[in-house]
Amino acid sequence: MSNVNVYQQRPTSAARAESPLFHAELDKLAGRSVGSAGVTLREKKLRGHLVLRGEASDTGFTGAVESVLGLKLPVALGLTVKGETSLQWLGPDEWLLIVPQDEEYTAELSLREAIGDRHISIVNVSGGQTLYELTGPGVRSVLMKSTSYDVHPSNFPVGKAVGTVFAKSQLVIRHTGEETWELVVRRSFADYIWLWLQDASAEYGLAIAS
Amino acid sequence: MLHIQCPHCGELRSEEEFHAAGQAHIPRPLDPDNCTDAEWGDYMFFRDNPRGIHHELWVHATGCRRYFNVTRNTETYEILETYKIGEQPQVNGKPVVVAKAIEGETV
Repeated sequence: MSNVNVYQQRPTSAARAESPLFHAELDKLAGRSVGSAGVTLREKKLRGHLVLRGEASDTGFTGAVESVLGLKLPVALGLTVKGETSLQWLGPDEWLLIVPQDEEYTAELSLREAIGDRHISIVNVSGGQTLYELTGPGVRSVLMKSTSYDVHPSNFPVGKAVGTVFAKSQLVIRHTGEETWELVVRRSFADYIWLWLQDASAEYGLAIAS
Repeated sequence: MLHIQCPHCGELRSEEEFHAAGQAHIPRPLDPDNCTDAEWGDYMFFRDNPRGIHHELWVHATGCRRYFNVTRNTETYEILETYKIGEQPQVNGKPVVVAKAIEGETV
């Protein structure tokens, strides 16, 4: 294992945790009845986000990651999902690993253990970004309004993830199911994107899920 | 609006995802402590401004966030190729004059 200090960054006591959309009080909005909801938004809050960097051509590295996570390291624009854990390509030597809440510390430790002394980096970015999940028949129309990237299924099949321009800002769009998409949003943009999504999905009916 | 091929993402992306970052293939002096001021000045400040074929550094700012090289015709804005850092360009030299209309002559 490499000589790096790894900290448990999430408080283990019952400290109150506020997600980037805490102030929007989505839990209260979730109860509201909407006529017909074309878009359902849910913040997948407080997940563990780890940025993993290493040499993609090094089979020792890729094999170690795959054996720990049980997920294949995706190639360009790829996304592999197993339950609540997902691994996404960000760059030629960079991946985003998202694990359920409270699992990022053990995931980082076991990854470092398995990868050994190779020249790699694992950074915990859980506090820096959040995940929005959009579901419904109107989602693709909302995305078409917001980004210049072609979101038609022929160009953007399930299992693809791209970083692109979105609403004058930048984020990562992930296609996880037929009518389900995820947005990886940076914390400081969370409120702006939330306001944008409310406006853009108003005409299709926006419901909030908690 | 141009569509630019990102050699890392492997697909054409909209121009607004990219930023140009100046001239490519500028080697840093191997021994900065002992090079002359003129050599260092050339390296730091002086850039080519050709009319025609130019090799440039671009970054896929909103996508994979990686730098790569672009061969671009500065007259027509046509992008002739994109290639990864460390690779050599396939297109060099003076551009082919696409159309040069001279009065009274058909091209």
